[in-house]
Amino acid sequence: MSAATGYNFGYLDEDTKRMIRRALLKAVAIPGHQVPFGSREMPLPYGWGTGGIQVTASVIGPADRLKVIDQGADDTTNAVSIRRFFARVAGVETTERTAEASIIQTRHRIPETTLREGQILVYQVPMPEPLFRLEPRVAETKRMHALADYGLMHVKLYEDIARHGHVAISYNYPVMVNGRYLMSPSPIPAFDNPKMHRNPALQLFGAGREKRIYAVPPYTEVRSLDFEDHPFEPVRARAGCALCGSRESYLDEVVTDDAGGRIFVCSDTDYCQGRQARQEAAE
Amino acid sequence: MMPAMRATLAAGFAEPVLDAQACFRAALEAMARPGRVQRVAAPPEAPPPLGGAAAALLLTLADADTPVWLDAGPEAEAWARFHAGCPIAAAPGEAAFLLAAGPMPPLASLAAGSEEEPHRSATLILQVAALAEGEGWRLSGPGIEREHRLRVEGLPPGFAADWAANQARFPQGVDLFLCAGDRLAALPRTTHLAAG
Ligand SMILES: [Zn+2]
Repeated sequence: MSAATGYNFGYLDEDTKRMIRRALLKAVAIPGHQVPFGSREMPLPYGWGTGGIQVTASVIGPADRLKVIDQGADDTTNAVSIRRFFARVAGVETTERTAEASIIQTRHRIPETTLREGQILVYQVPMPEPLFRLEPRVAETKRMHALADYGLMHVKLYEDIARHGHVAISYNYPVMVNGRYLMSPSPIPAFDNPKMHRNPALQLFGAGREKRIYAVPPYTEVRSLDFEDHPFEPVRARAGCALCGSRESYLDEVVTDDAGGRIFVCSDTDYCQGRQARQEAAE
Repeated sequence: MMPAMRATLAAGFAEPVLDAQACFRAALEAMARPGRVQRVAAPPEAPPPLGGAAAALLLTLADADTPVWLDAGPEAEAWARFHAGCPIAAAPGEAAFLLAAGPMPPLASLAAGSEEEPHRSATLILQVAALAEGEGWRLSGPGIEREHRLRVEGLPPGFAADWAANQARFPQGVDLFLCAGDRLAALPRTTHLAAG
């Protein structure tokens, strides 16, 4: 118990952390497989990332430096609250710089800055089951994962192609992990999917409401489902960032006035600000 | 003195919350990067023949929900029961964690999980004589960019064949921590071993 805060370090009690830690080790040993855990009530509503917070709380230590992003931004209410929460209950330093963080908790984005060994990316996951829209019965989806029977998902993608000429999934685009398990990447844009593939960082996923944890170890194969004649193509707005000019980053469309004026800016605020700072310094 | 009483004298972690966190991070890093050797910074004081890393893993991961099998004698059993609060498994096949200081229990005799729940499988904590990176086996698989090398001193002669059979059962299978003193490395069931 920390005298300064009245909380146990990392907020969770030691029994809960131990249970989550055991689940995390098995999740790493079986890449892409969903491991159930006894999720605890957290002092934040579901949707604020209670699964991700529990994973972070079980992993984090005094030597860590934590970054939290919400849709790529460090400064949303959600991201700021979670950062303050861990500064209070774990006494850790926080940062907005991707390169300086040892743990990055994220909702719905992967940072543009390339991650490195020693970093852990913790995803907040609202729905861990990639098959749930196609098969609502949990017992059935478990059987499909056991048999690696993912025909339903292939049929759905193929129907998309027949109807729209392409796969009509722009977020939460399903992936195969290590050639074995179908996995939900959480609602990141499909644009981010290739960043999961053979990433040097460890990727951990926590779903609080559904009580599931899963993981992608470093340098592990992560393939977006596709077909030979319709290969996966990450999509991005055909524009440059209005602030930093990047033509590589994922962009958000921002309405600028009542007359329908709009611009595109980087979703990753740290990446965008870093580029702007370097451009100013060069001038 | 009775074993149980002496065991309580050998301490657990000096700083239970922080030492368990640090040990877990070493274990997570080891499992995520198979063959890379990690050091447990603040291992507990445990009765012999328990080594620092193996004892630390047990305190970090085992509790009332996880039956533990040990071959390290009554004093070590009493220590584990007192400090981890874990029940002692009667047979290797019933254990969630096994700590082997002597001969390695055959991997095929341990819980490997089911097709639907491969995570309900045993983790074997095996004490070995020495671990050395950069020589020995060539490791490949998830967690490894190209190849990690690891030499392990003190494994039974049939280990490579046992491990290959374990790896072939994926997604079922057993995960392994190798511990030498305060150092540890892991082999998750996904790791492929080739002779060095
Ligand atoms: Zn920008």
